[in-house]
Amino acid sequence: MKKTLAGFFLGLIFALSLTLFAGENPLYIASILFKSAFGSRYDLGLTLFYTTPLVFCGLSVAVAFHAGLFNIGAEGQLTMATLAATALGVALPSLSFPFAPLLALMVALLVGALWGFIAGWLKAVRGSHEVVVTIMLNFIAAGIASWFVLHVMPNPNSQNPESALVGSGYMLKDYDPIARFFPDTPVSMALIVAIMTAIGVWVLLWKTTFGFELRTVGYNPDAANRAGISEKNIKIIALCLAGALAGFVSLSEVMGSSGQFKIGFSADYGFVGIAVALLARNHPIGVIFAAFLMGALHKGASDLDLETTTITRDFSKIIQSLIILGVTSHGLWSWSNRRRKDK
Amino acid sequence: MLKHLIFFVTFLVCEVALTAPLKVGLVLDKGGKDDKSFNSAAYAGATKAEKELKIELKYVEASDVTALENLHRAFARKKFDLIIGIGFAQTEAIKKISAQHPDVKFALVDGEVAAPNVRSLLFEEHEGSFIVGALAALKSKTGKVGFIGGMDIPLIRRFSLGYEAGAKFINPKISVVNNFIGVTGEAWNNPAKAKELALAQISSGVDIIFVAAGASGSGAFDAIEEKNKLGIGVDSNQNWMKPGVILTSMMKRVDVAVYNTIQDTQNSKFTPGVVRYGFKDKGVDYALDKHNEKILTPELIAKLEDIKTQILSGKIKVPDYYKQSKK
Repeated sequence: MKKTLAGFFLGLIFALSLTLFAGENPLYIASILFKSAFGSRYDLGLTLFYTTPLVFCGLSVAVAFHAGLFNIGAEGQLTMATLAATALGVALPSLSFPFAPLLALMVALLVGALWGFIAGWLKAVRGSHEVVVTIMLNFIAAGIASWFVLHVMPNPNSQNPESALVGSGYMLKDYDPIARFFPDTPVSMALIVAIMTAIGVWVLLWKTTFGFELRTVGYNPDAANRAGISEKNIKIIALCLAGALAGFVSLSEVMGSSGQFKIGFSADYGFVGIAVALLARNHPIGVIFAAFLMGALHKGASDLDLETTTITRDFSKIIQSLIILGVTSHGLWSWSNRRRKDK
Repeated sequence: MLKHLIFFVTFLVCEVALTAPLKVGLVLDKGGKDDKSFNSAAYAGATKAEKELKIELKYVEASDVTALENLHRAFARKKFDLIIGIGFAQTEAIKKISAQHPDVKFALVDGEVAAPNVRSLLFEEHEGSFIVGALAALKSKTGKVGFIGGMDIPLIRRFSLGYEAGAKFINPKISVVNNFIGVTGEAWNNPAKAKELALAQISSGVDIIFVAAGASGSGAFDAIEEKNKLGIGVDSNQNWMKPGVILTSMMKRVDVAVYNTIQDTQNSKFTPGVVRYGFKDKGVDYALDKHNEKILTPELIAKLEDIKTQILSGKIKVPDYYKQSKK
C-alpha cells in the first residue's frame, strides 16, 4: 500500500515537472487537477460518473487476475452487456420501474458473463491464451454493436451514431438520490451499486470457499489440482464473473444516464480498468479508490485543455501514463528484489 | 513626464474598459483542428477573428461522447460570451446547455437548434457538390468518377447526391461510384481505409474522386497521386496538399461562418435562427489558386461559372438529400 502510494506520487511529480518544459507552473497544473475533481459539486459529480464504470471494470480485471488470468476483454464484455440492456429497452419499451431496469441489468450481466465465458471456455478446454482471445472478442463486440445499433435500432431523430431511446420505465432518474444530489451531471446510483459490488467481491474472494479456490488456482494451479480443485471450472467461472462485472457498466451508462447506446460512449473504460486493477494491486476495496483517481484524471484532462494554453488533452494522457508507470515500477522493483534474494 | 504618465494611464483604463475582449469558446469535432478539412476551416476562422478582432479564443477537442456536453457546460459556466460547436454531433449538447444558460450565445455548424440564443450555421453542400461533380465529368476521360464519403450519414449523402447530379448534368451516361468509409465517428479519421477505397475505385476505372471525409481524405489523395489520377478536396481549400493532383476543392466556408458570427457578436448584432451559406455569399464554392490554375483552364472555369449562375437563377434544380429523405 505504502509503496503503491509512493509510486503514485513519484509518477505524479515526474509528470508535473514535465509541464515545466511546456512553460507551465507544475503547482498550478496540480491545483487545476485537484479543483477539477473536487472543485464543486458539479465537478465531483462528473468525476464520480467516470469513476463508476471504472470500478466495475477494475473489479472485472482484478477478479480474473486472482484466478491467474489477464482479462483484457472488459471493453468487449461491457459493450455486449450495454448493447443487450439497450436492445431490451428498445424492444420492450412499456415495462415499468423497478422491474424494467432490474430485468435489463440481469440480461446485461448474463450477456457480459457469456462474453467472458467464451474466453474462459477456450482457455480451459482448448488452451487458447485468454489475452489473445479477449482482445479478439473486443473487436467482435465492437463490430456487432455498431452493426446492431446502426442497422437494427438506430435513433431516427439524429445523425449521431446512436441507438433509439429505451422506454422511460428503464431510467433510474426519478428515483435516484445520487443524481439529484449532483444536478446536471450524468452520475447515478450505479455508484452505490459499484461500491457495494466491490465489497461483495471482497467477501466472495476472501470469505468464501469459492473465493479461496479461485485464489488458489491463481496462486498455484498445481497445488489447486492436488487439492482437488478443478482448475478448468474455476477459470471458466472466473471469466464469467469478470464479464458480468464489466456488464454492470450498462447500469451507469444506459439506465443511469443516457438511456441509449451511443457508439463510442466508453472512454476506454475496459482498458483503463486494467490500470485501475494494477493501481489497486487487485484489491477490490482499493479498486474503488484507484477508479476514483483515474476518473479524476480523465475529468482533469479536459479541464487542463480548457485552463491552460500549452497543456492539451494529449499531455494529460502523458500524465496518466506516467502515474501508471510510477505505480507499476514499484512492482518491478519488488520483483527484482525477490530475484536477488532468490539468488 | 507626469503628463505622459497620466495620459498613459488614462489610455490604459480606456483601453481596458472599452475592449474587454469578447470571450469565444470553440468546441471542435473528433477530427481535431489538424484534419486539414472541416475542423481546420473552423479553427482558421476563429484564429483569424482572434487576430483581427482581438477576441479571446479558447478551443477544445472532444475526447468522448459524454464530454461534448461537459465542454459546452464548462465554457458556459466560465461566462464565455459565445460558444461555437462544430459538427452535427453537438446538436443535442447545445440544445441542452443553451436552454440552461440563456445569457450565453451559441452557434452551431451543420446542425439546427431553435432557441433564442442559438444561431445555426448551415451550408448548401449539395450545390457546391453539384459544381465539382460537373467539373469531374468534364475532366474525366474514362466516363467513370468516384465519391468517397466519411461517415454514412444524411449530411454526407447530401454531398454525394449533389455530386452525382452534377456529373450526370454534363454527361448523362457517366457512371458514379459511391463509397463510404464507415458508420461511426472513426470514419473521419481513417486515412488507411480511404486509401484502400480510392485504390479500389481507380482499379475499376474511376479517374476522378471527390473525397468528403475529413482527416481521412489524405489517404485517398495518396492513392490518387500514386496512380496519377485527379482528386477533389472538401471543406477547406485542400489544393495545396498535393498541387497538380487535387483538381479543386469544394470549399464549405466554415471559416467565414465562424468569423462572421464572432464579428456579429462583437458588434452586438448576433441574431438567432438559421443562417444559410450558399453560392451567393461564397459560403460554398470551388477553389481556384496557384496550385490548380494549370489544370483548371479558363474554358472550364467559364463553364463552371455558367452552371453557377444557372443554379442561382433557379434554372438548374439541384437535388437535396434532406428534402428527398423527408418524403
